[in-house]
Amino acid sequence: MGLSSEIKKEMYWMMVLSRKLDERAWILHRQGKIAFHISGIGHEAAQVGAAYALKRGYDWVTPYYRDLALMVCLGLTPEEFMLSLMGKVGEPSSGSRQMPSHFGLRRANAVSHSAPVATQAPHAAGIGLAIKMKKEDKVVLTTIGEGSTSQGEWYEAVNWAAIHHLPVIFLVENNQYAISVPPEKQMAVPSSADKACGLGLPGETVDGTDVFAVYETIHRVIEKARSGGGPALIEARMYRITPHSSDDDDRTYRSKEEVDENKKKDPILLARTRLIEEGIITEQEADEMDKKAKDMVTEAVKRSEEAAYPNAEEASYPVYVEEVQHA
Amino acid sequence: MPEKTLVEAVRDAMDEEMARDENVFVVGEDVGQRGGVFRATVGLFDKYGGERVIDSPLAELSIVGVSIGAALYGMKPIAEIQFGDFIFPAMNQIVSEAAKMTYRSNGEWTVPMVIRAPYGGGIGGGLYHSQSIEAFFTHVPGLKVVIPSNPYDAKGLLKSAVRDPNPVIFMEPKKGYRLIRGEVPDEEFLVPIGPAKISRSGSDLSIFAYGMMHYYAMAAAEQLEKEGISAEVIDLRTLYPVDRQTILESVKRTGKALIVHEDNLTGGYGGEIAAIIAEHAFTDLDAPVRRLAGPDVPGVPFSHPMQEWFMVNEEKIADAARKLAQY
Ligand SMILES: Cc1ncc(C[n+]2csc(CCOP(=O)(O)OP(=O)(O)O)c2C)c(N)n1
Ligand SMILES: [Mg+2]
Repeated sequence: MGLSSEIKKEMYWMMVLSRKLDERAWILHRQGKIAFHISGIGHEAAQVGAAYALKRGYDWVTPYYRDLALMVCLGLTPEEFMLSLMGKVGEPSSGSRQMPSHFGLRRANAVSHSAPVATQAPHAAGIGLAIKMKKEDKVVLTTIGEGSTSQGEWYEAVNWAAIHHLPVIFLVENNQYAISVPPEKQMAVPSSADKACGLGLPGETVDGTDVFAVYETIHRVIEKARSGGGPALIEARMYRITPHSSDDDDRTYRSKEEVDENKKKDPILLARTRLIEEGIITEQEADEMDKKAKDMVTEAVKRSEEAAYPNAEEASYPVYVEEVQHA
Repeated sequence: MPEKTLVEAVRDAMDEEMARDENVFVVGEDVGQRGGVFRATVGLFDKYGGERVIDSPLAELSIVGVSIGAALYGMKPIAEIQFGDFIFPAMNQIVSEAAKMTYRSNGEWTVPMVIRAPYGGGIGGGLYHSQSIEAFFTHVPGLKVVIPSNPYDAKGLLKSAVRDPNPVIFMEPKKGYRLIRGEVPDEEFLVPIGPAKISRSGSDLSIFAYGMMHYYAMAAAEQLEKEGISAEVIDLRTLYPVDRQTILESVKRTGKALIVHEDNLTGGYGGEIAAIIAEHAFTDLDAPVRRLAGPDVPGVPFSHPMQEWFMVNEEKIADAARKLAQY
């Protein structure tokens, strides 16, 4: 596998930058400056590991709302994320028509995501089908929460990919909750990856707090898919450290002790410790990275606060392709 | 000019578009070797192979969802829903995804696809092989809804639908598949999506219809002519977005409007036409706008007398037109 020290450092940086963006979003929400945030805190290792296993900008992704770190790896800039939180002009996924974190980035082959969970899964199968029809060597990564794998939409998509041997990687981010509901009430198997055997594709569970373990697993199945080896289903396990969203109060269904216990497995802490142990970064460098990320986020917030809101009339289009306004 | 049945015209349109553009493909249940349960894809499998004429799993949601994914990648899917009655599992993908993609991504992502669905009763199909489904879709901005009434339009409109950059719901009157015949030139032609057609000029009243009901409306108009009543018949063809101008101009000429559809009356498509006329042609009217539609029961019953009780037909149209003409 052999990830270079440089790449490992870069992956860590992506995790840190995403975390700082995410933390700032919570602060902005508390300050009453934004209306809504849905957080990826705790998911960074899984998402960065998966992103680095892709040929970013070449392969395709159908993401979901938890995927801030994945999107940052695909090139979503801090300012673009802040614009989406504030509903400002220049927001790249929807021109601020959608709520924040309904990701989509055309230039990175990351497809527009909506709110009804699991709708992105059949799209990934369709993209995989098109790739196969065109005899290209791209792959599609599609992500989803474990609760949303209860949807028929997800099963139908996995079924398609398995039947047609499509180059699709189904990554389930199992963060132990679907808002308040635990995985035991979503499925009778211990891992969503166990559902693979009934659908005819390989399934694997990986520690989603270990960025390099996720990278290795996803990289392996991606390269197999790329060379015609068919789809795979991977469950990455982590813990949703924050409430479901800024509208949720998680004290109504889980204890502070449980959350605190799981914070010890914060993927960023784990990666930091490991990289320092391996001599890839020093304590001081890690602190500098934190500071640099914070400064970048501050700058992004400033620019986004200065940015304009869309004109109200922009809400009238583009309903049909004929109405698309090209910049 | 060769005479064709409506279903032959549908088939020819797909054949020509597949020959013209290698990105066009057909997907649905039994569309392959079987050529579709209504034989609409007959011969396409032999000509283009299983990679472009795909027998899908028996799952409408993913027939549409996978097609959306392929369209996002630049393919031009023609998805066949075996019976319009079975489109409901795919509702989420049609309404939440296909219809909203252009708007929600500010034109970054588009879904150029056609969903073909045979609809309508009078064929002994009972509740679940007879429904008219247009009103569910004419409420959804982002979709185009097209219903041809004759072979010429079926071919020309379907070819336009395949070339349209938006998602198009293309509903085919299944009772008319073999019953309705007409001349279709061998040369390439298109019928544009949008304009309605004055199928027959008249001066006493306007009859607005589409699909199978247009066929009966023409027959009724012929009968009425012998009785000295001059009915103008308008084939709406594109239900959404609808051709208001042709509707309003016709009402201006005749002063009376009869709107006919076989779908249930309440909340049916006719209400929209009635509203357009009431809002924009009130002073041109010499009589109340009249709607003739299927009764408000949950479906078309199977047993013949009950089925005929449900169905709007030539006599019922002629009767309603007579009363309106005499008003
Ligand atoms: C079809 C649908 N039903 C309900 C919701 C409301 N909802 C949004 S997220 C969510 C929980 C999803 O949990 P999971 O799939 O585990 O993903 P996570 O948020 O934990 O990452 C629910 C119920 C929705 N968005 N879509
Ligand atoms: Mg979850």
